[in-house]
Amino acid sequence: MAKRTIVPIGPYHPLQEEPEFFTLTVEGERVVDIDVRVGYNHRGIEKLSEMKTFDKATFVIERICGICSTSHPFAYTRAVEDIIGVEVPERAKYIRTIIAEGERIHSHLLWLGLAGHFLGYNTVYMWAWKLREEILDVMEILSGNRNNYAMFKPGGIRRDIKAEDIPGVVKKIDSIVPTLTMLKKAVIDDPVLHARTKGIGILSKEDSINYCALGPTARASGVARDIRKDCPYGAYDKVQWDMIVTKNGDVFDKAVVRILEVFESIKIMRHCLLNLPSGEIDLKLKSIPPGEGVGYIEAPRGETFHYVRSDGTNRPVRHKVRAPTFMNLPTYKATVVGETISDATIILAAIDPCYCCTERVAVRNIKGKKLYNGEDLIKLSQQKTEKLKDKMK
Amino acid sequence: MNKEAILKDINSKFEKDIISLLDKSPTRVYIDIKPEAITKITPYVFRNLGARFNIASGVDCRYHMEILYHFIIEDINLLISFRVKLDKKKALEIDSITNIIEGANWVEREIHELLGINFKGHPDLRKLLLPDEWPEGVYPLRCDYKEWDKKAIRDRGV
Repeated sequence: MAKRTIVPIGPYHPLQEEPEFFTLTVEGERVVDIDVRVGYNHRGIEKLSEMKTFDKATFVIERICGICSTSHPFAYTRAVEDIIGVEVPERAKYIRTIIAEGERIHSHLLWLGLAGHFLGYNTVYMWAWKLREEILDVMEILSGNRNNYAMFKPGGIRRDIKAEDIPGVVKKIDSIVPTLTMLKKAVIDDPVLHARTKGIGILSKEDSINYCALGPTARASGVARDIRKDCPYGAYDKVQWDMIVTKNGDVFDKAVVRILEVFESIKIMRHCLLNLPSGEIDLKLKSIPPGEGVGYIEAPRGETFHYVRSDGTNRPVRHKVRAPTFMNLPTYKATVVGETISDATIILAAIDPCYCCTERVAVRNIKGKKLYNGEDLIKLSQQKTEKLKDKMK
Repeated sequence: MNKEAILKDINSKFEKDIISLLDKSPTRVYIDIKPEAITKITPYVFRNLGARFNIASGVDCRYHMEILYHFIIEDINLLISFRVKLDKKKALEIDSITNIIEGANWVEREIHELLGINFKGHPDLRKLLLPDEWPEGVYPLRCDYKEWDKKAIRDRGV
């Protein structure tokens, strides 16, 4: 039997939240087994939320994630509205959609930039993050914040969009489309990126269904599921847009789904801004009756699911939060096994979890001769790209 | 199949296992079932109806532990929640559905450590979110959990 080596990855990485700890078992270059340990950042938010009033809980759960900070309040407010059985006013629905789509754009661009960085394509990284800045500026105009927008409350939204802001915002969104198109071509047509990401880390359709994978991870494997289309909420059923589905399930397809989704999101955001209905933005809810409700929405990484139970007091008795990465993470078992270590970094990154894994890596063989850290692993990955580039010249 | 047909089908197939059925709204159905029936109903819902397993959420009620298995059928926009009540006087255990749906693996591990429900037949019930040194028999999502219990949170020299 070949010599097996254990490669620990983790447990903490400051680049993105959610630290994880991977144990890769490798034979030479090949990964033969993987185990994941999470919970280093377990803050007990479900318990904490049960101690807050329904209004205050919105702020607590907004802090679950810094990148998709809107998806949790969105799902939570829908769950609370489901308990009462009300629909929010039309204008609130549109504004909720605008905020959620803006978040999707910046989240996907963030992922694209980081993926480029880990493959040794710092140009992609710089371009994607430059575009992301524009979107963050737009979000600042609309909500007052670059992140953690605090726009949501049970029964409506907290802050209205001013009519005089809209033309400037639409102009700004339109201005990023040409650059984004260029970036799309640069990524999708690049032969080196093809060589690095095509056929790598394949998640088959069967596995995707069995692991209950969500969002872009599932759609890249040919599972045509999107909560925005299947179970419309907000203003998604009033806008023309396409669901992006590819069928290979490799890293390349996951990137393609995300890039093309950015264009769809821009389309949705633009339409909603230009067709914003007038009227109330808040139902001014007085009390929450006893009962239970669920809310689920499509966050940038997949479906976010909240379950809230009320006993008639001003606090939830149970608040269950399920973030999309919770279902997407276990798919590593299906994608990483059989690949090489230098590809593991990008496969682990492809579901868009957090890169917490890649930086603090130590690779040891049994005799303890080699010792790599996270930077070495990124270097290893970048060197592979360089080699491929030389070959293609 | 539309919603009515599906509910009729579930009702006729699992007549003995269903305690009650609540048709809450056009997109939500709550079905109370007997705990031992979950391994019978899950394969049918997952494979035959093409549902996706969302999550299971555990709730600590006064006399019983409740687990809600949420399944969504996206084709017809229907969320079915199967409610299972486990009597606190008896052993808190239920059959695992991980062998049927791989995605339930982590979900059951989480409920196991936070609420102390044993999933029979689960391949790997290690800790998932709580630290390894967390004391045995202390379950943070139970109602009787005291936040600053000395037994629960130990001074780890931080």
